[in-house]
Order: sequence, then structure tokens, then C-alpha cells
Amino acid sequence: MQKTPPVASEPESLMPQAQQRAKLRRTRKLKDRFSHWGVATAGIAVVGALGLIFFYLFSEVMPLLKGAKVTPVTQYSSTQVTEMTSPTVYQTLERYEQIGANYSESGQVQFFQVASGEPLLNVQLPAPADAEFSAMGYGTPTDALIAYGYSNGQVVVAQHVYNLSYPNDQRKITPELKYPLGAAPITLDQQGQSLTAVAIQKTARGYALVAATADNRLLLGSYTTQSNIMTGETSIRSQVYPLPALPNGATPRFAQVDAGASHVIVADNQAQLHVYDISNPQQISLTETIPTERGQTTALQFLVATGSVVMGTDSGSVSQWLLVRDSQNIYHLQHVREFESLPAAVTTIAPEYSRRGFLVGDSSGHLGIYYGTSSRTLLVKKVAKKGIAQLAISPINGRLIITDSGNHIQVVDVWNQHPEISFSSLWQKVWYEGRSQPEYIWQASSGGDTFEAKMSLIPLSVGTLKAAFFAMLFAMPLGVMGALYTAYFMTPKLRGVVKPSIEIMEALPTVILGFLAGLWLAPFLESHLPAIFSLLVFIPLIMLVVGFLWFLLPSSVRSFAPEGWEAAILVLPIILTGWLCVSLSPHIEVWFFDGSLRQWFTNHGITYDQRNALVVGIAMGFAVIPTIFSIAEDAVFNVPRHLTQGSLALGATRWQTVIGVVLPTASPGIFSAVMMGFGRAVGETMIVLMATGNSPLVNFNIFEGMRTLSANIAVELPETAVGSSHFRVLFLAALVLLTLTFIVNTCAEIIRQRLRKRYSNL
Amino acid sequence: MKQWFKSGAPWIWLNGGAVALCMIMVVGLIGLIAVRGFSHFWPAEVLRTTVIDKQEQSQTVIGELVRSETIPAAVARDAGYSVPEGAELVTRHLIKQGNRDITGNDFMWYVATGMGEWDYPQDIMVLERRQWGNFYGFAQQIKAHGEVIAERDDAQFWQELEQRVARSVSLHEEIKAIENGAIGDVNHALEGLRLARKKLTINNADVATINRAEAEFAERRAELQTHYEVAKAERDALYQRLERDTLVMQVADGQTVLVPLHNIVRVSRPNALSVWGKLAEYSSRFWGFLVDDPREANTEGGIFPAIFGTVTLVLVMSIMVTPFGVLAAIYLHEYARQGPVLRLIRISVYNLAGVPSIVYGVFGLGFFVYFLGGSIDELFYPESMPTPTFGTPGLFWASLTLALLTLPVVIVSTEEGLSRIPKTIRQGSLALGATKSETLWKVVVPLATPAMMTGLILAVARAAGEVAPLMLVGVVKLAPSLPIDSHYPYLHLDQKIMHLGFYIYDVGFQSPNVEAARPLVYATAMTLVMLIIILNLAAIKIRNNLREKYRSASD
Repeated sequence: MQKTPPVASEPESLMPQAQQRAKLRRTRKLKDRFSHWGVATAGIAVVGALGLIFFYLFSEVMPLLKGAKVTPVTQYSSTQVTEMTSPTVYQTLERYEQIGANYSESGQVQFFQVASGEPLLNVQLPAPADAEFSAMGYGTPTDALIAYGYSNGQVVVAQHVYNLSYPNDQRKITPELKYPLGAAPITLDQQGQSLTAVAIQKTARGYALVAATADNRLLLGSYTTQSNIMTGETSIRSQVYPLPALPNGATPRFAQVDAGASHVIVADNQAQLHVYDISNPQQISLTETIPTERGQTTALQFLVATGSVVMGTDSGSVSQWLLVRDSQNIYHLQHVREFESLPAAVTTIAPEYSRRGFLVGDSSGHLGIYYGTSSRTLLVKKVAKKGIAQLAISPINGRLIITDSGNHIQVVDVWNQHPEISFSSLWQKVWYEGRSQPEYIWQASSGGDTFEAKMSLIPLSVGTLKAAFFAMLFAMPLGVMGALYTAYFMTPKLRGVVKPSIEIMEALPTVILGFLAGLWLAPFLESHLPAIFSLLVFIPLIMLVVGFLWFLLPSSVRSFAPEGWEAAILVLPIILTGWLCVSLSPHIEVWFFDGSLRQWFTNHGITYDQRNALVVGIAMGFAVIPTIFSIAEDAVFNVPRHLTQGSLALGATRWQTVIGVVLPTASPGIFSAVMMGFGRAVGETMIVLMATGNSPLVNFNIFEGMRTLSANIAVELPETAVGSSHFRVLFLAALVLLTLTFIVNTCAEIIRQRLRKRYSNL
Repeated sequence: MKQWFKSGAPWIWLNGGAVALCMIMVVGLIGLIAVRGFSHFWPAEVLRTTVIDKQEQSQTVIGELVRSETIPAAVARDAGYSVPEGAELVTRHLIKQGNRDITGNDFMWYVATGMGEWDYPQDIMVLERRQWGNFYGFAQQIKAHGEVIAERDDAQFWQELEQRVARSVSLHEEIKAIENGAIGDVNHALEGLRLARKKLTINNADVATINRAEAEFAERRAELQTHYEVAKAERDALYQRLERDTLVMQVADGQTVLVPLHNIVRVSRPNALSVWGKLAEYSSRFWGFLVDDPREANTEGGIFPAIFGTVTLVLVMSIMVTPFGVLAAIYLHEYARQGPVLRLIRISVYNLAGVPSIVYGVFGLGFFVYFLGGSIDELFYPESMPTPTFGTPGLFWASLTLALLTLPVVIVSTEEGLSRIPKTIRQGSLALGATKSETLWKVVVPLATPAMMTGLILAVARAAGEVAPLMLVGVVKLAPSLPIDSHYPYLHLDQKIMHLGFYIYDVGFQSPNVEAARPLVYATAMTLVMLIIILNLAAIKIRNNLREKYRSASD
């Protein structure tokens, strides 16, 4: 694009020639267009970027709501895996989802390639001679322990191990079968009866085996391994204890023993569950017998960490039962959750390795995927033509092997990333393992692998509201009253000082307020508690007293300071009162509270944290005051003069005018100011982070701390794994904050705009 | 009185009181920060007294008085102090006695009961050390290579000491210059070679190319190695020279302690200083605070990297936020079709200013750092994987997050400026035949520049004080180097930075020695408050001038 030649170069006419003018017009039009589109694109992009915040947070949260999904990968007949037709009794899948293991009734253990079904390793268990397989049991999946029970009362315990090596930088997995209790069969029942049910668990001291015999006896085998420090050899000490028989001659069908070796749970053939206390093997007692109320038990399995069992029945019902300690330290089985039933009798339950989730198969080929803590039924789907015999989920929950009763194997991929989050786990009381009642708890992570994440947003939300409430309690009266006075009563001269000061107050970084609150105010309050209460009483009192004394002064003195200087007059008396209260504080403690108010609180059962809601209330109130003040002041100041002047002319006093005219007119503005202040208090991070103890409590005690949504994000987000449920819950917390403040602010803004319109109409 | 109540005057007084209270709080708060922050640098008198300790033993204490307070006797007894029967209140003094390496506690509370007379000996010396904090004591001798050079009674003792301390400080600076300069350059070049080599493998270069490059790299590496050896030898020689001097000091209980001179940053005798001497010492300490690097896990030394980081952060943010904020405001005000939809958008944009800053931090971490940064790393920096370059919190993402956070401020302010421009000016321009864009860019925008400036200043003020989102997207407690240095591309947008606000949070709350860190935090807070108050006052001033200007223009 060429610039037009200078006008002066054409002496005959000052106008450019027509051709040049046309060109110029075109250029200008093009520039105009370009500017239009450029600005519009940039503008829309910016607005879009801001809108992106919503959509992005939402998209990060969305996966939490999704259920589980299974996609078939491959399928083959199990005869391909083992040449024998002996039915499969147990199946597993290792961490890298490449190798599976098939335990068959005959004692054949076959490791195979999951993708092709090609056998890798074939091991025969050392089954006792002339005895038949009668029962099998397995422990928590991470321990990989399998116990075979035989008709002669003997047991064989096996453990599958996957050894990793990296020849040529390639991962190589070598499966191996081990016998932790020795390769020879162990005699559990000295009477040689057939074992009808077997349970095994690795305990802190060794191994615990529980078995039921054909003549309805229950036995506990305790095996302690000791390794000789000198030789490195391990020796096993075994001891078998009898359990009291089931009442009413019931026959035990399923048994489970926990990892603490303190409880045995038995399901019988009369639709009952029994709990034995085996913590002292010499004195085993039956502590509880309860009806299942859901039909005959057809599967019973501990979830990881053995704090709760899942029971499936012949009616297809799936329920979770917790071991709950009562006030006498006795554990009871408590039914806590019922899941969506499967259409037919439950055949197998496969717990997940590190979470409180489990998979259930039924006799009509339906697969159910459930999660304990969140009471979620993630999937119920027909996956097999025949009944499901075995389910093997991988330790990382990504792949599942399904074997049906026709020995047909299906391999499916599982998407089940966030089962632990549901509406009820976030917002309702949840009965966690090891707790005596349902509770709201936020404890998202811990050192252990099998930790049950407790992610209730209630403690955080309550903490947020608590902090905001106390801040508003402090800020609202000061902000609104101050605004009223500044806008209506104060002389313009003073106003010119007050307004910018309050604006500066608004700009103070909250990190500074938080630091002062935590390092200066909190210790100060702790040692001068009485001063706070006396200040609360004496400051308003001194204002009134000064006001009254002023009124009593002769008018000649009063005319020194005309109306509108009340605030300035009050500064000195307030400072003096404050100083007096603080310096009297230790004396008050000595006179009334035996020397220490804090100690006095403790003696009267009031918990006192140094960093508490009072500190936060004052510090955050300080941060909120300017927000309320500026908007409310604006609303009051803009009340049309003719209204107030009319009121005054009719003989109303200044205060009557305020109550009767100014406040009603400006009240929407004041309301919106309070809402804006609330919005700011809800989202404030640094002050609460520094001035509270950050303990997620659910109470409204002013002397205790809290943890707010925002502080929680700041504390935990940098340390969570990207994409984990915890990560997404923190995003959800951010989304909740965003939505809440956005709604509050929008309402306030709309009210304000309406008010402005009304003023212009008046 | 009844009449007084009836008139409503008490309410007016109460309302007035609310304003007074607010003002007292604002002024009190800023005053508190200013007093505590500024007094930190004042060379306080060092006292000497005797106290009765918890084991009922009398001991001599020297140190600075930090503060005193009165507590009920019961509290003092609980804390293990012996308090005479019948006393209800006890005064106790917090004394900074330094010498952390000898006594273990550099701050101690002592009750006033049983405390001896306070005196201020002229020759108490305060040593500011690189390690273990301050040292208080009486100088005895200066030794060089183990031989006594000067005794405490020598006339030239003080001059000798000052001279030698100055020497060791300058040696230290030389060492630092070598480490940051020559050795830093070598390391940077070596890292560049490593990445270049890795890039070749990733790009599947053919064997011949790789071999040729390998040979070249080896040559370069050898060359760098010799550079490194030279620099290292030079540095080691300096270290050798540094070891020369030692100061023999006597502490409060008469024990003699050797303090190597290379451990000393500054010596002073506060009790012997005149007011002018103290002022000089004050300015020197204050200057040191502003330009030195932090020491001892941020509890000592200066805050220069934090100031530098904050300023860089805010500058990069301004560069991003200004054009976009202004363009968005122009679009909303000039080009977009005015209607209910636009009103909704406008309210939403304005409201984003009220959205909690931590939400921006979460967005920044998720979207910018992990999503955008992760993609950038995959596309442009595959050779440095798995170490992320942009896929980790850093300066650029922190600036971008702050830019997003302050966009509404700039938009609101600019729009306000645009709407304040009298219609007549605009119409005049259009009537003369100017197109819309000419009117906009040549008439309206220049007139609205002060409003944009106001918006930018307010944005900068807000950004400088914001901490919560920065904790997530790129601010750290201790950054190894500044984001701007002599290596290409000079401004390292991927680097993590230090920040004044985060420094306050970190030192105040995560530091193991809160009492020692406290004055530093106050001083930092004071620096930050001053910065923000100045910026805000500037914004207010500009805004007021602007209003005046247009009031006359619209008349």
C-alpha cells in the first residue's frame, strides 16, 4: 500500500487527483475493515479466554462423574490355556497386564500370555496323594496367596510372584510359583476330615488359615515364620486352634480372616453371618451372629486392608459390611451399603488391589463394578453368555479377565479412573472403615498404599463459610456504618482523606494481612484475650460517652468543630480506650480468671487454638471492609439530594432522614456491597492459609481453626498426582468457588445496575 | 439526655466511630509494618546483664532487647520460671543473644525478677556472619595464619579489623563472580552440548552425521574442560587466601571463641557509635537488604532475588495484559453490538475481577502448565525430556496467569476511560470524514491513554501483591539463579522465580527459626507495601487528573 503523494506537489489544485483519491479511499476502507476485524478477533479471543476458565475447570471435573466402561480386547477358550478340562478355581493378572495365571481344581497352575492365551509356564501343586480338592481360599490380592483345601484335611498354600528384569533395557516378567509355608501339604485338621471352606491371610506375624470341616467344625491355623539370623533359613511354627461351633448346627459355607488376625467372619447355610474374635487364640469367642436378610450367601470377600467385607447372595444382592468397634471395644459387623443388585445369584467377587472397589460376577453372565466408600455402582452389564466363574482384575485396574462357566476366557479393557468420588462421598456423611459412625472427613492422602481416601467437601465448605461468617461479622457493621457516615455526614474535607485511605486498604496484599494475623495478631490475642472482650464493650460505649459529653459542651466550644467532624473527634478517645483495655488485660485475667483466660477456657471445656476463627475474622474482616465500604458509600452518596433535602425540610432530623429516606433508597446497593464482601471473603486464600491452623474441622467454635476450600487447594494441589481423583476433586473445589463467587457477584452487580437506573429515574 | 437520644445523635456518633476505627486500623497497620520493618536495620544498643536461669544459676547475658511484656505470674510459673510468691504479674524480656552455634538458642526470654543492672559496654562487637546468624562478644585478637596481628588494646585494632573484613568480603565477591561467570558459562555450554547430542538421536540422524557431531562435541568438551580447570584453579586460590585471618572473640560467659574472618559479612560496635555513625550503619544495612542474596534458608541477608523476580514477573505480565486488555475493552465498547447479550458478557467479565485468585492459579496449573506447557515440551524440547522445560511451573506461566487475573481490571478501567470521552469529540472526528478506525486510533484511544495507564497500574499493584495463584504456577522459596542472565535467550521464561509476597509467606510460616526471620519478614512486607501504596497513589492521582481533564472537555 502506497502513501499518497504530498498535496503540495500539485500546484494547480490542492486536491489529489480522482484516481489517487479512489486509491486513498480504498486504503482507508481496508484499514478500517482491518481494524474492525482485528479488534473484534482480539476482543472475542480475550472474552473467550476468560470463558475458557469455566469450561476447562468443568472438563477436568467431568471424568469424576463417569461410570466404568469395559471394552473387549480378545477372547479364547481356556482349553487353549490348559489342556486339562479341570475347572478354573482362581485367576490373576499381573501389574503390566501381560501375564495371567490360572489355578485349576486339579492343582495345575498355568501362567499365560493374556493377549494370545499362549501358555508360558505350567506348575503342578504338590497335592496330597489320594485326596480330592475340596475348597480353596485366597487372601488380599496384593499378597497373592492361594490356599487349596483337600478332602483329607490338608492344605497347600501357594503364592505367585512376578520377577522383573531388564535385559537389553527391555522389561521381562518371569512368573514363579512359591510355597511360603513349605512345598509339602500342611495338615490342618488332625481328624482328617474334608475341608469345606478355606480362608487365608498374611498377618503381621505370619499367616492365618481358617477352615471349615465336613463335620461342621471350624479351625484356625496360625503359622509364624521366623528367619534365623545366622543361617538365613526360615522356620515355621504352626499351631491349630478350634473355633466354637456355629449355633443351631449351621453349616459354615464361607470364611474370611482379617489381616490383623483378630476376626474371622463366617457365612453359613442359614443366611447368617458370624463374627469370631480370634485376637487371643486361646480364648476364641463368637461375638455376633446376624441374619443377612438378603438370602443365602454365595460369595464373601474382604476388601483391601480387610476393614470391610463384601457379600453376594443367591438373590443377586451385593452389600458391604464394616467391622465397627463399639464402646466396649467389641467389633460388630455393620451393614453400611447396599449396591445395585445383579439379576442372578452372585458367583464371584474380585476386590481391587489398592482401592476400596470390587468386581462381581453372577450366574447369568452379568458383571458389576462397584466402589465401597462412594457407594457407587459403576457398571452392571451382561458380558458373558454363561454364568461368570472367575474375574481377575489387574493391580492398576486397567484390564480384566472374565472366565465363564463354560471355560471361555474374555479379556476386556476397563476404564474406571475415579470410582471413589460420588455425590454422597463428597457431600454426605460416609461410614469409613475403622470409624464408629458415618462422618464428614477430609483426609485425602496418607502414607499407606491401602489408605481409604476421605474426601468430603463438607468440612472445607463449612470452614469456608465459618471464616466468611466471622469476617462478615466484623466487617459488615464497620463497613456499612462507616460508608453511611462517610457518604452522608462527613465533611468533604475529611472525606477526601478517608476515601483514598480505604482504597489503599483494599490494595494491601492479603499475604501481608495474613502474615500479621498469624505472627502478630494471633499471639497478641492469645495473651490479651480479655482485652478483646472489653474492647467490644468499651469502644462503642466511649463513642456514645464522647458524643454525649460533646452535646453537653457549650455551643461556643462546639462551633470549633462543625458537624461532620465526629469521626475525627473520636480518634483519640478510641485509641486511649484501646490502650487502656490492652494494658488492663493482664490485671483482668488475674482478677477474674485465675491468671490466664486461656487456661480458664480449657478448664471450662472450650478448646482454644492460637490461630482461630477470631483471628481470621479480624484479619479477613479487614480485607473485606474496603470492598463493602466503597460500594456502599457509592450507593449512599448517590442518593439524590432532593430526596434528603425534602425530608430535612419537612422537619426530620438528620438521623431520621437517614433511616426514613437514605437507607430505604440505598438498601439494594448496601446489600450488593455486603454480597461482594462475602464473595471476597469466601475466596480469600492467603489470610486463611496463614491465620488458621488449616485443620479441617466441622464446627463453628470461634476459638478453633478451620480449613477453607481455597487454602486446601493451595496446600494440596502442588503435591497431588496429575489426573488422579484427588487432583480432580481439588479442581471441583475450585469450580465450586468460582461458581459460588460468580453467582454472588453477578447478583450484586445486577442489583447495583438496577439501583443506578432507579436513581436516574428519581 | 432523652432528647439527645431521640435526635438520633448517638447513632451518628456510632457511625462516625466506625469510620474512626477503620482509619485507626489502616494507619495502625501500616504504621506497625513501617516501624517494625524500618527498625530492623537500626543498630540497636547491645546490653549486658546477669540473669537467674531456670536452674537458679546466675549467668551473664549480652544481646539486644527485642521486646518486653507483662504476663500473669501463673503463666510464667507454667513456663518454668522461678517467680517469687505473691507476685501477680511478671515482666519478661526477649533478648537476642545470637551465638546460635555456641548456646543453641539465639532468642531467649528472661524474667525481670532477679535480673541484674543493665549496662552497655562500649567495646561489645556485633558480627554478622554467613553462617549461624549474629555473634555478640568482645574482640580479643586478630590472627593471621595463626599469628597474632593485633591485640584488643592496640590503637589500630579496629581499623585493622575493618580492613581485613573488607578484604575477605571482596574476596568472597570475586569467588562468586567466578562461580557465576566462568564456571556458570562452562556448565551452560556443557548442558547445551548434551542436549544437542540427544537431539540428534531423537531426530534419527544418520550414523555419519552423529559421528561427525560426536567428534566436534568431544573437541568442544575438552576445550570447556580446560576453561573449567583454569577457572577452578583461580577460585581455589582465592579460597586459600580467604582462609588467612581469624578473630578471637570472648563471649558473655568468658569463653574464648575463634571466628574465621571469611565467615563475617559485617562488623559493628553499636554501643560505640554516634547517632551519625548509626545512621551510616543503618543505610549500609538497608542497602545490603535490598541488594544482597538471602542467606541461611532466607532468614538472613537480603531479598534482591525476590525483588528482581517480582519486578520481572510484573513486567512480563504487563507486556501481555496491556494489548489484550485494551483491545478487549475497545471491542466491548466500540465494536460489539450493544444489547442484552453484551450486557451479560460485560457483567461476567467485570465479575471475573471478583473471582478468587486461587481459581486462576488452579486454571493456570492445569491448563497452562500441564496442558499447554506439556504440549510445548513435546513439540519443541523433546531432547530435554523427561526433565520438563515449559511443562513445569515457571515465570512465563506465572505471568500469563497473572495477566488473566488482571485482565478484568484493565478492561474495566479502559472501558471507563472510553465512555468518559465526550460524544462531541467522536462526532467531530466522524463529521470531518474520518473513518471509524481513524477516529478510534487517532482521537479516542490517545485521549483514553491515561485510563489505560490507570488500569495497568492497578493491575500491576494487584499482581505484585498476589501470592495464592503464584504458589501453584511458578514461584519458589529459593531460586538458584535470576531469570535474566548473560546466556542466550537472556530472559529465561521457563525458570522459576522468587517473589516478595511468597517470600513473606515462606519465611514467616515455613521457616524453622521464626523469631530470627520475623524482622526480615516485616522489612520485606514494608518493601512490598511501599511499592503497592506508591503504585496505587499514582493510579488514584492519574484518575483524578483524568476526571478533571474531561470535566473541562465536556463543558
